[in-house]
Amino acid sequence: MQLDINGKTVQVNATEDTPLLWVLRDHLGLTGTKFGCGMAVCGACTVHVDGKAVRACVIPISVVAGKKITTIEGVAASKTGKAVQDAWLSLDVPQCGYCQAGQIMSAAALLQSVPKPSDADIDAAMSGNICRCGTYPRIRAAIRQAAGGTGEKS
Amino acid sequence: MNAMLNRRDFLVKAGALGAFVLVATSSGIVKAEEAPKYGADGMPHGWRDDPLAFIAIAEDGTVTVVCHRSEMGQGVRTGMPLIVADELEADWSKVRVKQAESNEEKYGNQDTDGSRSTRHFFDPMRRCAASARTMLELAAAKSWGVPASEVQAVNHEVVHAKSGRKASYGSLAKAAAKLPVPSRESLKLKSPAQFKYIGKGAHLLDGPDIVEGRAQYGIDTRLDGMLYAVIARSPVFGGKVARYDAAEALAIAGVVKVVEIPGTPGPAGFNPLSGVAVIATDTWIALKGRKALKIEWEDGPNVTYDSKEYRAQMEQAARQPGQVSRDVGDVDKALASASRKFEAEYYLPHIAHATMEAPAAAARIVNGRCEVWAPTQAPHVTREDIAKRLGIPFERVTVNVTLLGGGFGRKSKPDFALEAAILSQQMDGKPVKVTWTREDDLHHDYFHTVSVEHLQAGVDANGKVTAWLHRSVAPTIGSIFEPDPGHEANWEQAMGLVNLPYDIPNMRMENPEARAHTRIGWFRSVSNVPHAFAVQSFVAELAAGVGRDHRDFLLDLIGPARKIDPSSMKDDWNQGESPQRYPVDTGRLRRVIEVVTKEADWGAKLPKGQGRGLAAHYSFVSYAAAVVQVSIGSNGELVIPRVDIAFDCGPQVNPDRIRSQLEGAVVMGLSLATLGEITFAKGRVQQDNFHQYQVTRIDSAPRDIRVHLVPQTDYSMPLGGVGEPGLPPIAPALANAIFAATGIRIRQLPTRLQLATT
Repeated sequence: MQLDINGKTVQVNATEDTPLLWVLRDHLGLTGTKFGCGMAVCGACTVHVDGKAVRACVIPISVVAGKKITTIEGVAASKTGKAVQDAWLSLDVPQCGYCQAGQIMSAAALLQSVPKPSDADIDAAMSGNICRCGTYPRIRAAIRQAAGGTGEKS
Repeated sequence: MNAMLNRRDFLVKAGALGAFVLVATSSGIVKAEEAPKYGADGMPHGWRDDPLAFIAIAEDGTVTVVCHRSEMGQGVRTGMPLIVADELEADWSKVRVKQAESNEEKYGNQDTDGSRSTRHFFDPMRRCAASARTMLELAAAKSWGVPASEVQAVNHEVVHAKSGRKASYGSLAKAAAKLPVPSRESLKLKSPAQFKYIGKGAHLLDGPDIVEGRAQYGIDTRLDGMLYAVIARSPVFGGKVARYDAAEALAIAGVVKVVEIPGTPGPAGFNPLSGVAVIATDTWIALKGRKALKIEWEDGPNVTYDSKEYRAQMEQAARQPGQVSRDVGDVDKALASASRKFEAEYYLPHIAHATMEAPAAAARIVNGRCEVWAPTQAPHVTREDIAKRLGIPFERVTVNVTLLGGGFGRKSKPDFALEAAILSQQMDGKPVKVTWTREDDLHHDYFHTVSVEHLQAGVDANGKVTAWLHRSVAPTIGSIFEPDPGHEANWEQAMGLVNLPYDIPNMRMENPEARAHTRIGWFRSVSNVPHAFAVQSFVAELAAGVGRDHRDFLLDLIGPARKIDPSSMKDDWNQGESPQRYPVDTGRLRRVIEVVTKEADWGAKLPKGQGRGLAAHYSFVSYAAAVVQVSIGSNGELVIPRVDIAFDCGPQVNPDRIRSQLEGAVVMGLSLATLGEITFAKGRVQQDNFHQYQVTRIDSAPRDIRVHLVPQTDYSMPLGGVGEPGLPPIAPALANAIFAATGIRIRQLPTRLQLATT
């Protein structure tokens, strides 16, 4: 099966029911996308499929074939993605960092669709992503900062 | 960050703490043994400060600092290099970090727990860097033929002011490394006024790797030809595989092998649980294979473990006298003569660590040497236990410490790394990675203890507390290391039960019996969580009972500023620290209360349905006080708009990481207080994943967390812990806020379901 990941076409030799997460991690070595729950309740595995945030742990590869998949390793290619990463660094958001790829992917997808999110928008878009270290106040602040940086766009 | 005595401490120190130990020798002469060792000196393998072990300088000037403590979000991989860079006079932009493998002979103690890394290694790291700086200066002086006293290291160069000559660190490194390491006594450490980075901080060294998805956690390990394993483990602790049928699993394309892992009778230790492993060509196939296994379990005696029944048993125990741990004055008499008596009982359930990276590790065995990659807080024990389990010499085991996707004490127990090593051995040394699913993690954690805390107090006619009785009932972590002692260890009791620094004339602390029926383990701040919840809630109940302001009442209870010898409170452990260097300083405890109440506008009026709650707690030789503000809707909906926390950990290295640890402690504290609960029925954990074991998410986390660090600029003062001590005051401050807002007194956690008005 062929997948379009971070702008590249890759050949994958896995059964059709395999969730995208395990293909990214085990087959392609794209380990930036994390495993957290396996049932789309923690957000650690968030990637973009055609620009929308989805949980890679429950999406079989058969569903995403032919669609544009972006992972944390490729999100900097978009202005919004880069702005989010920069804001994350400037506020030193991460603690252990494990959930942060998923947080960044959710935040980037939010800012793509809502460039100036309210607190309620942030709650709605980000409450699917668990951070056990409790970096939420900084995540919120970083999204606000990134929104300022990409205010003109879209 | 987390946890206290590890098993090695436990075995080494269990009976040996305290003053000089007098032993009778064979000749009959009694001699004094070595004085007890404190701090890093008292840890297995202590500390090292060899610059050649910790610091490398490349010809291009890049400084690589070896971090020998595990990174799990506390920022140690930035903090250690920061200390080194400052004392080395290095340019921070040229500093990199490298993770040490397990090697305590070389690096000193590596058990990353007990909020000890910076506390124990601030001084050795400074000496290490000062040595390297001196060697660079000597190398430059030698090459210029000038006296060493005339040259000075300044920002990555050595300068000879008289001649205007300069040499970069990179150009001096080779020659410097060949010079003898200067003696400790000869080292000139910077004065704090000269610090460039210490106390000021820096951005995370791992930040770019994390936000770009390159950071490597244990679960990310990839080795050539690696196989992927998941394991079905006995659902009841102590149970074992009776029989299993792997035929259907083996029929799945990509399933390579099915292997039974035998359990270990007796105390759990860090041994893998009895289970059946499926080894496959990717994780997904391994998961499918596991689903296809047919396993019959022999549950064993813990199949009767039921959280409801167990709570009733603990309550019964808590209502009767138990083993006395500390006894001051005459509590019974004081209670009998008190003008008012108060009594309350608090219940805190088991909780799971639920690190976002569930346990995972990879191993391979080549030519009789086992190499492991693991997100471990305990590299040395991991190595030791793997050597023992595989039956190979310790020297033939290498443990590479990856980043930890959360630790909180879970990853002090290397059972998962042993599993990887066992499976690699079963596959003739092929690389195997074991991944735990979230279900595995929640079902087979080393759980935070469950407890009932029973308190009674007597108050005289003037509203002064004259009697204090506290019975703590909780299964002990000691039960994983030895046949269940049935009582909290002295170090668990020294986490807020016995070492109550209050000015009360009659006090008794008791510890009735409780038996463990699952694996109990360190959870961030450990027994401080139940003890502080009970004590700080009860103090608020007493204040309300006598009609006094909680803050004023608490400050009176603490009494005047004084330094208390912990051993005078039956705390002979004192976090492993010297009682002289680390007395309990009630002045510092008072100060964090004063700071936090002032900053949080304590006493200012709030609208109906809102309230503030206060709690303060001393742990990990640091002082913390929090004010939680809540708003309760008419439907019982709890909103926590703001939390203030004041903190005194002595001198600071990287203040922003202290702030982030406290922000995290606030969120984790609220999470366990509002949502966290693991329950057992028929010996089995009833929560499978995050839909049932809920944790705080961004929409219910406080939007406004204000951290107030008490500045300490005297760097000769001992450092306190940071990772854990922020946690204990949060849950009681929340409960006290709920009381202030509604009059509802929360006496059991979590608060979930207790506020709804349906």
